[in-house]
Amino acid sequence: MTTAIDIRNVNKTYNPGTNAAVTALDNVSVTIADNEFFTLLGPSGCGKTTLLRLIAGFEQVTGGEIMLYDDEIENLEPNQRPVNTVFQHYALFPHMTVGKNVAFGLERLKKPADEIEATVERMLNLVKMGHLADRRPSQLSGGQQQRVALARALAPSPKVLLLDEPLSALDLKLRQAMREELKQLQKDTGITFVFVTHDQEEALAMSDRIAVMSEGEIQQIGGPTDIYEHPINRFVADFIGDTNFLDGEIVNLNDDLVTCKIGSNSVYEAANSGGHQVGDQVSLFIRPEKITLSAPDQNSTDDSRPGKVANIVYLGNQAAYTVDMGDGIELVAQARPREDGNLPFAVGDSLTVGFSTRALRVLAQ
Amino acid sequence: MNAWLPRSAAGRRWLGLTPAWVVIGIFMLIPMVIMGVFSFLEPNPYGGVKPVVSFDAYVKLFFEYDLEDNLVFNPGYLNIILRSFELSIGATVLCLIFGFPVAYFITLQPENKRNLYIYLITIPFWTNLLIRTFAWIIILGRGGVIETPLLAAGIIEDSLRMMYTDGAIAIGLTYSYLPLMVLPIYASLEKLDFRLLEAASDLYANRWQVMTKVVIPLCKPGIIAGCILVFIPCLGAFIAPNLLGGGKKLMLGSLVQFQFAFARNWPFGSALSMLLLSAVVIVLIYYARSARKRAMTEGTA
Repeated sequence: MTTAIDIRNVNKTYNPGTNAAVTALDNVSVTIADNEFFTLLGPSGCGKTTLLRLIAGFEQVTGGEIMLYDDEIENLEPNQRPVNTVFQHYALFPHMTVGKNVAFGLERLKKPADEIEATVERMLNLVKMGHLADRRPSQLSGGQQQRVALARALAPSPKVLLLDEPLSALDLKLRQAMREELKQLQKDTGITFVFVTHDQEEALAMSDRIAVMSEGEIQQIGGPTDIYEHPINRFVADFIGDTNFLDGEIVNLNDDLVTCKIGSNSVYEAANSGGHQVGDQVSLFIRPEKITLSAPDQNSTDDSRPGKVANIVYLGNQAAYTVDMGDGIELVAQARPREDGNLPFAVGDSLTVGFSTRALRVLAQ
Repeated sequence: MNAWLPRSAAGRRWLGLTPAWVVIGIFMLIPMVIMGVFSFLEPNPYGGVKPVVSFDAYVKLFFEYDLEDNLVFNPGYLNIILRSFELSIGATVLCLIFGFPVAYFITLQPENKRNLYIYLITIPFWTNLLIRTFAWIIILGRGGVIETPLLAAGIIEDSLRMMYTDGAIAIGLTYSYLPLMVLPIYASLEKLDFRLLEAASDLYANRWQVMTKVVIPLCKPGIIAGCILVFIPCLGAFIAPNLLGGGKKLMLGSLVQFQFAFARNWPFGSALSMLLLSAVVIVLIYYARSARKRAMTEGTA
C-alpha cells in the first residue's frame, strides 16, 4: 500500500524557549495510507487540529518531518503544498459567488478557462450545489456552505483533503446525512481524507482508521472496531463510547482469566490479555451493551450477579440502567424497552446482571 | 395626552426629531444657504456683500473682461481647480500607499496593542495643523533637516529646492490627512476574517494574490471611505498650499481663503466654495452608488 502522508517524530511547541511555552505535539509519528479515510480523534486541546494545520502548512513544525508521497513538505508554504482544507467555519470568500469560490484554487493554478468552468460545474454537481453557482455564500444555509467548501477544496484535485471538524457547525440530522455523503465522496474521488473531529460517533461511522490523540500524543491507531473493542489504555476506552470501569488489584491469574479484587470483597474475572502480574493495580472495563439485565432468578451467562436498579436514563430506543451491585460498585447497562414501550425494570427492582467474562477486559491503570 | 402634542404617531416622531433638525439647520443648512445666496450677490469693496443680484461671481470662474470689455475665456481659475484635483488625487494615492500598510500592521498586532497604535496615530491631531505644517518647512526647507546633512556629507552641492513645489504641497497634504486614511481602513481590516487568508493560501494563492484577491476586495469599503475622507479636505486645504507651496502655487482652498481674507470678494469666494461643494457632492454620490451596487451584488448579509 502506498503511503500518502508520513509524519515522522513531529514536535510542535508554541512560544518555544519562553515561560509561555506550550507543547502541542510531542514526538508524533503516524503513517496515513493512500486512498484512506483517516481520522484524528480526541478532546479539544489534544493537538489534532495542530497536526492538521502542520500538514496544511499554516503552522511550522518545531521538529520532525512531514512526507507527502515521498516529498518532504514541512518547510513549504501552504500554497506550495498539493493539499486542500475544508475549514471548520467554511471560510468561504464572501465577496465571490459560489462558482468563483470553487474556481479560486484552479485559477491560482492557472488552469485553462474552459477546464476551470467544467471542473467547477462537475464539483458543484458532485456536492449537489450546481443550481446555486451564482449565489453568494451569505445567501446559503450552513449545510449548503459546507457543500461549497467541500467542492472548493476538492476542485484542484488535491493529493490529500484535510477536514477540520467540518460537520461540527451543522445540526444533528444534517450532520448524520453528511457523514454518509463524505464517506461516499471519499470512495468516489479516491482522494485520501484526513478528518479531524472530537465526535467519536462520527469517527467510528466514517473512518477506515482512527488515531486517538490526547495531550499532544497519539494514544492508539486502529480501525473503528479495534479502537472500540480493544482500547489499549484507559483514556481510549473512556473517550470512545460509554464504559464501566472497575478499579482493583489482580489477586490471581491463569492463561485464560485474570481474577481481580474490586472494592472491599467483590471478585471479578476477566479475559487475560497478557502482560499482567498478581498484585497489579488495574481497571476492568466492560461496555454497557455487553451486560444483560434479566429477572432475578435467571442465570444464563458466565458471570451472573444480583443487583438493584439505582437509576434509569430513558433514551427512546433504549434506556441506560445504573445498577447497584453492592460493595460500592455500580454498573451501567443498556436495556431495550419492551414491545409495548414500557421499560422492563423500574428503579428499586432487583434483577440479575449477566455478562461474559470475555467481555470484561483488563487495562493498566 | 396634552392637547398641543401631535395626534398621529408619525407627527410625534417628527416632534421627537426636533433637536436634530435644529442642529442640522443651524450648523449646516443656514451657513450653506448664506453661502449660496452670497454667491449670487455683488461684492462690497470693503468686505461683505451688496444686496444686488448678480451672476458675476460664477462668470468670473471661467471668463474675464478684456480691455475692450469683451467676455473672454480665462483659464486661470480653471487651472487652479485642475491643479487642486491633481494634487488632491496625488495626496490621496500617497495616503493610500502609506496608510494601508500601517492599518494592516496594526490589525496584525495583539488586541491589547492595537488601541495603543490607533491612539498614537491620532496624536498629531492634538496639535495645531499650522504648527505641524511649519515643521515641514524645517524638514524640507533650505538648510533643513534633510538638506543640511546631505550638504555636509558632500552628497549634494546645492539646495534641493524642495520647498515651494507641488511635491512639497503633496507631502504636506499627505502628512496632514494620513490618519483619516488609516482609521477607516483599519476599521474594515479589523472585521476581516483572517481565516479567509489561510483559505486563500491553502488554495494556492501566493502572498501577493492573498492581498489582491482577498484582503483588498474585502476592505474596499474602508479604502473608499478613507480616500473620500482624505480627498475632500485636500480639495479645500489652504494651510499646506500656502506654507509649503509658498502661496504662489494656489489651490482651490487657498483661493477661497484669499477671496475672503484679502481680496474682499465674498461672492466670488462663495461661488468657488459652491464649486468645491458640488465637486464633493459628485464624489459622494459616486460613493453612495458604488456602495449600493455592492450591497446588491453581495446579497443581504
